[in-house]
Amino acid sequence: MKPVLEVRDLMVTYPARRGAAPARAVDGVNLQVGQGEIVALVGESGCGKSTLARALVGLVKPTGGQVLSDGVPLGYSAAALKAYRRHTQLVLQDPGGALNPRQNVFDAVAEGPRLHGLTDRLGERVHTALAKAGLRPPEQFAGRFPHEMSGGQQQRVVIAGALALEPSVIVADEPVASLDASVRGEILKLILELRDSLGLSALVVSHDLGLAWNIADRVAVMYLGRIVETGTVEEVLLRPKHPYTRALLSVLPDSGEPPVLLTGEPPDPTSVPGGCRFHPRCPLRAAEQDSRCDGQDLPVLTGDPSASSLAACHLVQ
Amino acid sequence: MTATDQSHAPEERAAVPMLDVRDLRVNYRGGGRTVPAVRGVSFTLDRGQTLGVAGESGSGKSTMALSLLRLLPSSAQVTGQVLFEGEDLLTAKWARLRAVRWSAASVVFQGAMSALNPVRTIGEQICEPILLHDKVGQKTARARAAELLDSVGLPSRRLGSYPHEFSGGQRQRIMIAMALACRPDLIIADEPTTALDVMVQAQVLNLLGELVRESGIGVIMISHDLSVLSHMCERLAVMYAGQVAEIGPSKQLITEPRHPYTRALGRAFPTIGDPASRLAPAGLPGDPPTPSELAKLNESRGCAFEPRCPEATDACRTETVELWPSGPGREAACLRVLEGSGA
Ligand SMILES: Nc1ncnc2c1ncn2[C@@H]1O[C@H](COP(=O)(O)OP(=O)(O)OP(=O)(O)O)[C@@H](O)[C@H]1O
Ligand SMILES: Nc1ncnc2c1ncn2[C@@H]1O[C@H](COP(=O)(O)OP(=O)(O)O)[C@@H](O)[C@H]1O
Ligand code: SF4
Ligand code: SF4
Ligand SMILES: [Mg+2]
Ligand SMILES: [Mg+2]
Repeated sequence: MKPVLEVRDLMVTYPARRGAAPARAVDGVNLQVGQGEIVALVGESGCGKSTLARALVGLVKPTGGQVLSDGVPLGYSAAALKAYRRHTQLVLQDPGGALNPRQNVFDAVAEGPRLHGLTDRLGERVHTALAKAGLRPPEQFAGRFPHEMSGGQQQRVVIAGALALEPSVIVADEPVASLDASVRGEILKLILELRDSLGLSALVVSHDLGLAWNIADRVAVMYLGRIVETGTVEEVLLRPKHPYTRALLSVLPDSGEPPVLLTGEPPDPTSVPGGCRFHPRCPLRAAEQDSRCDGQDLPVLTGDPSASSLAACHLVQ
Repeated sequence: MTATDQSHAPEERAAVPMLDVRDLRVNYRGGGRTVPAVRGVSFTLDRGQTLGVAGESGSGKSTMALSLLRLLPSSAQVTGQVLFEGEDLLTAKWARLRAVRWSAASVVFQGAMSALNPVRTIGEQICEPILLHDKVGQKTARARAAELLDSVGLPSRRLGSYPHEFSGGQRQRIMIAMALACRPDLIIADEPTTALDVMVQAQVLNLLGELVRESGIGVIMISHDLSVLSHMCERLAVMYAGQVAEIGPSKQLITEPRHPYTRALGRAFPTIGDPASRLAPAGLPGDPPTPSELAKLNESRGCAFEPRCPEATDACRTETVELWPSGPGREAACLRVLEGSGA
């Protein structure tokens, strides 16, 4: 299966702040999203998820590697990016911040189409997008302002704005993190429905492993700028290989295992440890004392979607 | 119970729960309207007990918790009783209340990580309540602060560091150390881990759990995350629209919820490995009541959850719903618990 969206050896390095080294926020990532597939990208705060998501939609220019859409490398001229965004849309975390408080729902959703000159039958386009996002009947919502809607409805408006361009891929960064539990389920259902009815592909960024279980086909676990484990949701979440994935799963309330609490400093992209980048906090290394852990670098995972799971660790394969 | 009680507490104290909250109500006034944020909440809590309070944002959790120690703005109008060791804190004198706040009950606030003073070392900040309340010297206070920092898993050499030198999770642990400074009997923790990562959250919860086991303090822990609460707390109260929808032992509320809202909330947190939730997210159509809808609720009859309830019947719109016993040590505010109970 040809991926609709792919990154190869992607690097995004932010320039150094005063007195510090440059931040290697994304430090070698291979990842593919197939037609009609939902891939979840999970990992703790600051590991580089949003940076990767922004690079995928062309908002950040990679310092190395490539983003490919339908197999074609992304161009970074204004015209190329504009064309690309019709095809791949970003849905941001925090709907409150993503919407302009003085713009009503119609104008918010119409913004993309207007930017792309799709003003023919604009009303119909906007109403269709609102209905697809579950805001029905659309006429009832079109005139409203953000403060007249709940958080869940605001998030639906943001999704409608993305759908108005009829994209084939959606990159959603924490689309439900700021929503209440009962509303979160409704938005996740919507993402699944859009995949089933429109064949939409999606990369969903989250720190919540339960979200991956709820909606994703495959999952990629990120740590300090790299994917450390990836594969099908069943394989990675039920039979995790990498010590980091194992630790993340063990601290979930329902894990049924003793929690493995990672200690040590939170990961810092301005000083990535040599050898395996997880070695300063790795419980398996502490137990095994293998010299490769801090002495030998690991290759970047290929991200081959046909493998049921891949882990970047010297000791487990 | 009292006869075999090994504690040193006098007889009459053992009979009075540490905290006894009765028909607590809070209205916020302002902008020409009144928002009823808490609409009649009652519960008790003893030493060494943990009560989790769950519910969606706006359900009144923070308002309820802060009203216990009269920490709400003056626009809030509080009625009912908050009996702490038998004494009503809602009518207590300010001086008395202040003493209680320092030494007997303390609060870890929602978003408190940013409440630390950025220009003072955390050592100074932890020492302050000890110096003020325990009337001890600098040296003793310093030693106590070092102990406290150690008990929350941070090296005591970091007493001289400033807040910005700590991560979010570490700052949250410092807030817990401050809450423990004067050896309180009760800690109220409002969303202590909500802004934190899973790993850091696990560290903080682990710490709170140890403190309860080791020192026998009572804890009220508020969270919107039902799964976290059910593992941390023996008992659980689920709030909806300013009222308790269901209360009882945590395990039972999760495995056999009696209120449809508890059921929906439980399903919203999938268990990884559960085939029922695989590629099947569970939500609840509709939204929690807005402040203006809350105001209308107070004047109308029927169940506050009715507009979103998948099990609602006609009676749910007209009958008065209150908490009814739904099993040993449990209550639920749903007409359905009356069915088959002979009531
Ligand atoms: N514009 C920037 N300049 C410098 N460093 C940055 C910039 N944006 C992000 N970073 C750093 O890059 C790393 C990755 O950030 P990113 O926002 O991608 O993380 P994330 O995984 O999305 O985290 P979260 O879960 O908190 O949203 C972090 O260490 C962050 O501090
Ligand atoms: N200071 C305030 N002034 C007016 N209304 C408030 C204030 N704080 C909270 N409210 C309202 O009271 C209700 C309950 O809020 P809150 O106690 O913060 O709920 P929770 O902690 O469960 O999210 C909401 O409708 C909220 O808008
Ligand atoms: S390579 Fe070593 S340090 Fe890295 S994850 Fe594997 S065991 Fe841990
Ligand atoms: S009383 Fe009726 S509407 Fe309310 S929770 Fe029970 S079944 Fe639902
Ligand atoms: Mg992010
Ligand atoms: Mg709150």
